[in-house]
Amino acid sequence: MTTAVTDTPMRRFEKVCEILDRFGRDAARLIPILQAVQEEYRYLPEEVLNFIATSLDLPPARVYGVATFYAHFTLEPKGKYVVRMCDGTACHVKASIPILDAIRQRLGLEGERKTTPDMLFTVETVSCLGACGLAPVMTINEDVHGQMTPASAVRVVEEILSKEQQ
Amino acid sequence: MATHTTVNLEQVAAEYRKAGERLRRRVVICAGTGCVASGALKVHEAFARAAAEGCLEVQLELRPHDDAGNGQAGPIDVGLSKSGCQGFCQMGPLVTVEPDGLLYVKVRPADVEEIVRETLMGNGVVERLLYVEPGKAHRCRGTGDIPFYTRQSRLVLAGCGALDPESIGQYIAAGGYFAARKAYTELSAQAVCEEVLHSGLRGRGGGGFPTGRKWELTRVQGGPKKYVICNGDEGDPGAFMDRSVMEGNPHSVIEGMMIAARAIGADEGYAYIRMEYPLAVRRFRKAVADAEALGLLGEDVFGTGQRFRLHVMEGAGAFVCGEETALMASIEGRRGMPMPKPPFPAQQGLWGKPTVINNVETLATVPLILAMGSAEYRAIGTASSPGTKTFALTGHVANTGLIEVPFGTTLREIVYNIGGGVTDATGEVTGEGFKAVQIGGPSGGCLTAEHLDLPLDFDSLRSVGAMVGSGGLVVMNQQTCMVQIAKFFMQFTQNESCGKCVLCREGTKQMLALLDDVAEGRADLGTLELLEKLAYAVQKGSLCGLGKTAPSPVLSTLRHFRAEIEAHVVQKRCPTGQCKALVSPEILADKCKGCTLCARKCPVGAISGTVKQAHTIDVDKCVKCGVCAAACKFDAIVGVG
Repeated sequence: MTTAVTDTPMRRFEKVCEILDRFGRDAARLIPILQAVQEEYRYLPEEVLNFIATSLDLPPARVYGVATFYAHFTLEPKGKYVVRMCDGTACHVKASIPILDAIRQRLGLEGERKTTPDMLFTVETVSCLGACGLAPVMTINEDVHGQMTPASAVRVVEEILSKEQQ
Repeated sequence: MATHTTVNLEQVAAEYRKAGERLRRRVVICAGTGCVASGALKVHEAFARAAAEGCLEVQLELRPHDDAGNGQAGPIDVGLSKSGCQGFCQMGPLVTVEPDGLLYVKVRPADVEEIVRETLMGNGVVERLLYVEPGKAHRCRGTGDIPFYTRQSRLVLAGCGALDPESIGQYIAAGGYFAARKAYTELSAQAVCEEVLHSGLRGRGGGGFPTGRKWELTRVQGGPKKYVICNGDEGDPGAFMDRSVMEGNPHSVIEGMMIAARAIGADEGYAYIRMEYPLAVRRFRKAVADAEALGLLGEDVFGTGQRFRLHVMEGAGAFVCGEETALMASIEGRRGMPMPKPPFPAQQGLWGKPTVINNVETLATVPLILAMGSAEYRAIGTASSPGTKTFALTGHVANTGLIEVPFGTTLREIVYNIGGGVTDATGEVTGEGFKAVQIGGPSGGCLTAEHLDLPLDFDSLRSVGAMVGSGGLVVMNQQTCMVQIAKFFMQFTQNESCGKCVLCREGTKQMLALLDDVAEGRADLGTLELLEKLAYAVQKGSLCGLGKTAPSPVLSTLRHFRAEIEAHVVQKRCPTGQCKALVSPEILADKCKGCTLCARKCPVGAISGTVKQAHTIDVDKCVKCGVCAAACKFDAIVGVG
């Protein structure tokens, strides 16, 4: 279950406390803690980072430093569907970028924008998903889609769009 | 939860073997990431359903204790199981039927009913689902006559594909954990180190450091607390060997870690697995839990009173964490930034304690060495690099997938015989068209046609400016622009630089800018000189492997494809037409029929001309999108797309 981002701060910290307790409030387990928090909220809100720092008796800079170091962590909310286009070597030589462009165009994402205004889709690239045998590959949340073309990738996105509109 | 009873491996193995014998047929469905993406799980469901409809008795997993209580000891028609990655990802989903030795490829749920009818009930073969080699008519029955398999030597990967990765019993029945028991109960710690040293095993993560020596260095360190770490942070783009092993045979890695722990005297271990591999994380966690439940991991390993606890940690997405000191910082909950060596992890590793950190494939090889003996293992491969190596064969090659060959195998054998040849843009195999193989990912380099007969091992590759690395082999055809490939890797390392060393952080950025100049026609010969100088500076001025090897793809490209790069620089021309800024589209007047299609398709109105007369392109307006060339039915537009 994902908690809505609009919850009151008190409710937020309740969940965070649960997670902190699950990991024994051990500062060495900061990364698994942040992973669990992000799974809950889909991102790492700033006040939650501060709360974690205080709870673990760490300087906020340390927590912020870890949160910004790893690609998996995000300080911005992400969409309900996270499309990750693989741009590993194998996918790259098999033309992954035109697929990415096609998806971004279909979703109206321009410039630096990665998330649609309705918070439905976030589109990003990833270095390698390790499914190179099926290049080019993209994942949408946990689902892996292999041997994509711009047309088939847009079709997958459109299927989700029409499902969401119902 | 500590189990203090010692598991009887023979008994577990015998029970599972007996359960296996009751099966008339085994249907194994590949459930590696590749096949799952192609729909393997739906095929699995369809089998369970279709077999039930056909009144076949199906067992979904080997359960040795079934016959104990309910008295059903009779034969069972079909055992249906999932395996780890079988390597032939492009042909997935793969379905193997034993003992018939059949391999069905690209199986759809709709095909299952026919397989059940024809093969499982009728003992026949569904011809249309057999594999056909590109360009040949012969239908291959199974792995026994598919060159992709017959030309490999699958040692580490033998279990991936044959075993159910979620069944510890199957692993034990296949001889698993016997090597760990031998290490704990029959050999001294020193003897284990010596055996691995004699085997000549070298680290498969890229460095090629002798594993036995690494262990011995850690073993002789004093102190009661030591750690074993499995480096499963396989970040090289284009490499997925470790993912396949962790997904396909996680117990082999756990067993390797146990043996390493025995060798150095560690009582705690960490498996650090990349977060991009959710299936590997899940299966590894299950394998650890199963091994704990049997008492293989825990407070009293094999009744020796020695303790070994194993934790699984998921990475958080940082390529640099594949570097051992960075990985340890990450386990400790800090930013994954490398530390200077010495002190080496063997002296001061995780939490300052002596630590052995090995790659997944290295660890999975260790039980095999103990089982077959170091002398026999040493006989495989070359003198300086014994054993086999797994490679992820990808890119413009007919059979992409996971392969394993002895060291010393030539590139020609891999690309043409196992890989089935080089493909063009449409995926068809062409007789020629081989341009290069990129090996070793962002730390490696290119091999060209002149290296096709070079026996591949750690030292031969280093001598030509490449490296084994983790084992990604990306085949590139003639349409690939080497400047773009060099740019691609530079972009990658520039993104992934942790920022600690100035030359790595800023140098890679500048190198990328210089490559951009080359790709966009702003460069001259001085740019190349500067690029080379900067490359050597980044190598020298960086602390860890990431920075030290980041310039390798650029240097390798400069070395082997100088003419192609100089064409970009001197003639401002991209020979493959991939660098957008350098292409200049042109309409060949003798081919143009004046159909006006291109002029109508051009999004910026750069094409003009009258009907039935040759058209022209205004290069100032043109954005080089290639729409015109794609639309032209007479191949009259050249130089773009």
